[in-house]
Amino acid sequence: MKQLLMATAVAILAATSALADVKVGMITTLSGGGAGLGIDVRDGFMLAINQSGRDDIEVVIEDDQRKPDIAVQLADKMIQSERVDVLTGIIWSNLAMAVVPSVTAQGKFYLSPNAGPSALAGKGCHPNYFNVAWQNDNLHEAAGAYANTADFSNSFILAPNYPAGQDALTGYKRFFEGEIADEIYTKLGQTDYAAELAQVRASDADSVFFFLPGGMGISFLKQYADSGIDLPVVGPAFSFDQGILQAVGDAAVGVVNTSQWNKDIDNATNAAFVESFEAAYGRLPSLYASQGFDTANLLISALAKAEPSDADGFREALRAAEFDSTRGDFEFGSNHHPVQTIYAREVVKEGDIFTNKLLGVALENHADAYAAECKM
Amino acid sequence: MSAILIIEQVLNGLQFGVMLFLMAAGLTLIFGVMGLINLAHGSLYMVGAFAAAWVAGATGSFLLALGAALAAAAVAGALIEMLVIRRLYGAAHLDQVLATFALILIFSEGTRWVFGSFPLFLDIPDALSGPVTLPGGIEYPLYRLSLIGIGFAVAFGLWLLIEHTRIGIQIRAGENDREMIAALGVDITKLYTLVFALGAALAGLAGALVGAIQSVQVGMGEPVLILAFVVIVIGGIGSIRGAFIAALIVGLTNTLGGVFFPELLKLFMEAGAAQQTGSALASMAIYILMGLVLIWRPTGLFGARA
Repeated sequence: MKQLLMATAVAILAATSALADVKVGMITTLSGGGAGLGIDVRDGFMLAINQSGRDDIEVVIEDDQRKPDIAVQLADKMIQSERVDVLTGIIWSNLAMAVVPSVTAQGKFYLSPNAGPSALAGKGCHPNYFNVAWQNDNLHEAAGAYANTADFSNSFILAPNYPAGQDALTGYKRFFEGEIADEIYTKLGQTDYAAELAQVRASDADSVFFFLPGGMGISFLKQYADSGIDLPVVGPAFSFDQGILQAVGDAAVGVVNTSQWNKDIDNATNAAFVESFEAAYGRLPSLYASQGFDTANLLISALAKAEPSDADGFREALRAAEFDSTRGDFEFGSNHHPVQTIYAREVVKEGDIFTNKLLGVALENHADAYAAECKM
Repeated sequence: MSAILIIEQVLNGLQFGVMLFLMAAGLTLIFGVMGLINLAHGSLYMVGAFAAAWVAGATGSFLLALGAALAAAAVAGALIEMLVIRRLYGAAHLDQVLATFALILIFSEGTRWVFGSFPLFLDIPDALSGPVTLPGGIEYPLYRLSLIGIGFAVAFGLWLLIEHTRIGIQIRAGENDREMIAALGVDITKLYTLVFALGAALAGLAGALVGAIQSVQVGMGEPVLILAFVVIVIGGIGSIRGAFIAALIVGLTNTLGGVFFPELLKLFMEAGAAQQTGSALASMAIYILMGLVLIWRPTGLFGARA
C-alpha cells in the first residue's frame, strides 16, 4: 500500500512537471524618458511568443522605471515569489550590472535583449548569461571601421561621461585608424550642445562621431543641423532608431550609422517579422524590437529541446542558438555574446516616414574584444 | 583658443541663461508671493513643449505653437492652483513638496497616456533656421540669437509689470505682507491664481522655445527645474532681478566651465583624462558657485536681509 502511494505520488509529480508552464520574467523600462526602448523590446518579444502558438509560456512583465534599485527588487520578487525560470528585458547597462550577477548566481537563466556591458562579457561572464543583442562596444567599433572605409582622417568624437560613453569612445578608437581632433565627454542627460558644436567648428576635424542615446541624440542632431557645420557624421544605431527618427526629422537624413539589424536585411524571417510587427502594432519595428523578437525565438528554440529545470540541457540548447534570426545567421561566441555582422546604414525618408536603408557591411562576423578574458 | 570661439561660447552661455530665467522667474514669483515650493514647475515646461509640438504638427505655424504653449501652460497652472495648490498654502513645506511631486508623476504619465512614449517633433521655424554671420566673422545660429532677444524682452516686460502696474504693486505687497493686502481689500485668491498662471505661462514658453532645438519628451522638465532652483537660491528667493542676474551667471558658468576646465587641465594632464576630469569639474561648477554665494550672502544676491 505504501509503495503504491509512493508510486502514485511520483507519477503525479512527473505529470505536473511535464505540464508545468515555463515562466519568463521580463524586467524592462516602460515609463519615463527611456520607455520607448523597453516598449519595443516587449512588443518584439511578445510578437514572437504569440506567433509560436505556445500557450504554456507565461511572461510576467514589470516596469523598472530605469532605476537600478527597482530592477533589483523586481528580480528578487520574480525569482522568490513568482518562481520564474528565465529572466530577460533589461535595457540599460547599469541596471544589468545590478541584476544579472545575482540572477545567475541563484541558478536562473538571463537572456539580455539589449544591455551588453563589458564586465559581463569578460571576467564577469557566466554560463547562464546569454546576450542576444551585442556587446556594448560592437556598434562603435563598426563605426570606427566604417570611418576608415569612408576615408575620414581626423575625427571629433563625443559621448556622455559614464561607463557606456567611455566604452563608446574606446570602441571607436580601437578600429579607427585616423587622428582624433578632440574627444569630449558631455554630461549624461545634457540637452544643449551649443558649446560642443562651437568646439567642433573651431577644430580642424573632417568628421564627427557621437554616441548620445535617446533624447540626447535628438537634441544634438537638431542643433548640429542648425549650426551650419557640414562635416559628415557617423554614430551607432542608438541615435537613429525607428522610435526617435521622427522626432529628429530632416536633420538626420543622410547620416550613416552602424547596426547589427535593419528592416531591409534580406531574409525570410526578417521580412515576415517586419510585416507582422507593423500589422500588430501599427508602426515600423526598431532594432530594439528585432532584439526582443530574436530573444524570444532563441528561448522558444531552446524550450523545444529541454526544460529550464534541466539546466545543463537547456544551456546547451541555448548555446546552439538554432533559431531563425532576423539578422540571418546567428551564433554565440565562447562568452555567450553574438558573433555577428554589423552593417552601415543610412537615414532616408520613405514617403513621410524617416527610416534606415542598408549601405553595406562594416564588420564581418565580428566578435567582441573581451571574449578572451572570459573563463567558463 | 581663439577670440571667436570665446565670444561664441559667451553667446551660448547667455542663451542658456535667459532660458533658465524664464523658468526661474515663475518659480521665484510663486515662492516669493505664496511661500510655496512648486516641484511641478518642470511639468508646466513640458506641457508647454508638448502643446507647441502638437499645434505646430497640426497647423505648421510656429507662432500659433508658441501661443498654444503659453495658453496650455497658463491653463494647466491655473487649474492645479485652484484644485491642489490652494489647499497647501498653510501646510508645511514637506507637504507641499510631496503634493507637487505627486503632480510631476501625474503630469508625466498623463502626457504619456495622451501622446505616447516616443519623443515628438518640433522644429525651428524656417525664417529662423540656419546660421547668420555676426560682425567679426562669427557664425552663429539665428534661432539662438532670437532666443537671447526674446529672453531679454520678457525680462524687460516682467520688470515693467512688477514695477509699474497695479498688479505689480499687489504682487510686491503680497511678498511683504499678505495679511495686510488682504485686509486692504485685494482679492488674494484671485491674485494667487494669476501669479501662478503667469509663472506657468513663462515655463511653458521656455519649454516651447527650447523644445524646438531639443527633444520634446516626457520628463524633459526635471533637469531644468533643478538648475532653476539653483538660480533662485543664488539670486535670492522672491527676487525677479536676482533671478535674472543669477540665471545669466549660472548659464555662463555652466557653458564656459564645460569648455575651459578641460582646456585648463590639458596644460598639465594627458588629454583624455583632462577631458573626463574637466567635464566632471564643470558639472560641479554651478553648485560650488551656489555654495560660495551662500557663504558670502546667506539669503542670495538680492534676497531680503534677515
